[in-house]
Parts: sequence; structure tokens; C-alpha cells
Amino acid sequence: MNRARRTLLIFASILLFGGLAASGQQGRKPEGVRGGLGRIPDNAGSTRANPFAGQPEAVLAGKKLFLRHCAACHGPEAKGQGRAPALRSPLVQGAPPEALMRFLKDGRLRRGMPAWSHLPEERLWQIVSYLQSFQQ
Amino acid sequence: MQSICSTTLPLVRPLPRRASRRLGRVGLAAAVMAMVLLAGRAGAQERPYFVTYTHQLEEPGSLEVSFNSVLGSPKSVPGFLGSWVELEYGVKGWWTSEFYLDGQATRRDSTVFTGYRWENRFRPFLHEHWINPILYVEFSNTNGADKTLREVVGFDSEKDFAHPNAEARREKKREFETKLILSSYHRGWNFSENFIAEKNLAAGPWEFGYAVGASRPLALAASAKNCTFCRENFQVGVEFYGGLGDALHFTLSRTSHYVAPVLSWELPRGTTVRFSPGFGLTPDSHRFLLRFGISYEIAGFGRRVSKLFH
Repeated sequence: MNRARRTLLIFASILLFGGLAASGQQGRKPEGVRGGLGRIPDNAGSTRANPFAGQPEAVLAGKKLFLRHCAACHGPEAKGQGRAPALRSPLVQGAPPEALMRFLKDGRLRRGMPAWSHLPEERLWQIVSYLQSFQQ
Repeated sequence: MQSICSTTLPLVRPLPRRASRRLGRVGLAAAVMAMVLLAGRAGAQERPYFVTYTHQLEEPGSLEVSFNSVLGSPKSVPGFLGSWVELEYGVKGWWTSEFYLDGQATRRDSTVFTGYRWENRFRPFLHEHWINPILYVEFSNTNGADKTLREVVGFDSEKDFAHPNAEARREKKREFETKLILSSYHRGWNFSENFIAEKNLAAGPWEFGYAVGASRPLALAASAKNCTFCRENFQVGVEFYGGLGDALHFTLSRTSHYVAPVLSWELPRGTTVRFSPGFGLTPDSHRFLLRFGISYEIAGFGRRVSKLFH
């Protein structure tokens, strides 16, 4: 019985450790602008620029990734369909690149936008490059 | 494997073999037709592991269909091929549900259906963190002939597979399984740790196991061209998994453990192929396990199905 208790204690500790670690969120995101996407944090104070900015190759790579991962919901032209909003909106075009990248990474799980954290950051930046190329 | 229970009598009269086969074929054809008709464009990148789970959940409304197998080459019992069909559906952004059908074929023995499993994974924290926990619950209704080895718990060992199928399938195993999945992504790497607790609902103590894995895509950035063989489409890694005894004997001794390199290859249009040779590390482990699988994702499946009824 003691062993069973010890085992339960170990699992409880692991659960507690997981919960505590998870609560130490990476850089609390500030509140931002509301739009069809929900809320894109404005990342005030963040100076992280898109490392792929100004690279036409990155826009092409971003388009490829967009068609592979995003087009099923947002449409191949990013004009939106069903509950998935258009991504050619001024909200997306004017958002700070890092805010968009973080938004892709976190998703908006309650509203149906999946988290894309399993894609490497480089690919998320490439998608941001493509999304923000519409304004040009 | 625990003791073989008495045979349970079938409640319905079985169909004649030919009729049963025909019914199976019609069902399979209907399922394939439905999936082809409802197929949308591809979606996410599949995790490369076979045993270890990451915190990646299925996109809401997407259905992933997988066919996976494990080819076992044990030391002292006949070789086997355990296979399972997996249907994974994204119910919500924070909730994924999966249904499995399991079967196996044993050398110089027979091919048998071994049961089904239903699992659910929940993401309690909605944002990305350093470590992301996922809560996993599963109910499985299998028989003692199951050889899919989707996880290793308790004192699972090669000797469990020594019984002939006709004898082993008489044992009914209704089990409840929970996992705590912890997973992180850092600079393109994934690190995942799973802690497993399983309970046979009929009898026996809680059994424990673990699975840990690390993986990374071969290239982090995507290339501008559409390509099949470029490095960005491949993920490589390694996973370790094994048993930790049970609630009465929480131990590493007399348990089986494996190390398995993993490779996944993402093909265009949503198909992913995975491959993993696994090596037993203890005398109780199978000597060698070769896992392979193919999965196909149907994005927007839920939406398409709901349109059929409007």
C-alpha cells in the first residue's frame, strides 16, 4: 500500500510540476486590437522584426505553406470562408509582424484557430511574409 | 499477459463467412468513397513518433486517417504483425478524439481482429508555454491477442505473446488508460515526455509506463518551390519507451524498454509516411520492432459532412 501511495505521490508531483511550468508563460502578451481573428496582441515594446522581411523567396515559401496549412479554412486566396476570416483585412496587414507570428503560434483555440507551434518559427515568419505581402 | 479468462459466448449469431466478407468489403468501399468525396486539401504536419505524444492536436473539423503496423521479431516467440487503423478528429481546438481498430497476424498461427480503442486528448492551457501539458484518457476493449504495442506498461514482456491466438483472444481486456503528456518546441526541436497509467477494469493494479522523444525537421525554413524530396519534408528523431511496473511494484526490473529512431516524410497533399526501427534494451523486451505507417489528413471534414445534412 505504501508503494501505491508513493506512486500516486510521484504522479501528483509530476502533474503539479507540469502545471507550474506551464503557468510560467513565455512573455505575457499585451492586449491588442480586436477583429475577425479575435484579438491579435499588438506586442507593444517588442522590436523583433521579421527576419525574412524584403525577401521575395520567403513570400513564395510562405504562399506554399499557406496553401498547405491555412487555405483549407481561409480559402486559397485568403479571402476567408465560413467562420474563418479574410486575411487581407487592414487588421492583418497593419499588425506588427511578431504579433502575427505569435498569433499563428498560439492560435485562438476557443474560436477554432489551431495553434501552429509545431511548425518551426522560420516557417511561421515565412507565412507572415506572405500574409503581409498583400498590402504591396 | 494476465491469466486467460473463460470464453464469452457470442450474443448474436455470426454471419456466414462469405456474407461477412462481402459486408466488410462493402463497408470498406463505402468508407473509402466517402473519404474521397469529402477530401479537402492537406493540413498539418504529423508528429514523427509512434508511441510518444506531443501537445499537437488535430485542427478542429479535420479528420486524419492512418494505417499503422508493427512488425515484431522476438527472440523466443513467433514473429507477428500488429496493425491498427486510426481515425483522429479535431472536435475543438483544445480537444482531439481518436478511434482505433486493432488486429494482428502471427507467424504459423492466424490473423485476428483484437478490439477497439477510443481516446481523447485535452489541452487545459490555451496558450503556448515552455512546457505544454495535455491530458489523455482512453478506453480500450481488446482481447489478449492484441499485439499493436502502442505503449508499454507494467511488466509487459515478450513472453506475453507466447500464447496461440485462439487461446489468447479469449481473454477480455477492458482497460482505462490515462497519460500526462508534456511537450515543448524549442528552436525547431520537439521534446515530449509521456507518463502513462493503465488499469484493467476487471482486476489488477494500476500499471505504469513512460515514453519520451526528441525530434526535429531536417530544415527549419521552407523552400519556395513545391518539392517532394527536399529536407523540410523530413523529420527525424528518437523515442524511448518502457514499463515502470505497477502500483504494487513500482520498479524498472523485469520490465521492457525500447529505443527507436523515427523518421517521417511529409508528401504533398496531406500524406505522411512514418518509419521507425525499435530495439529492445532489456531481456524482457522484444528483440526488434519495425514500425511503419501512412496517414492522410482531410481538412474541413466536419464542415463537409454537416453540409450534406443541410
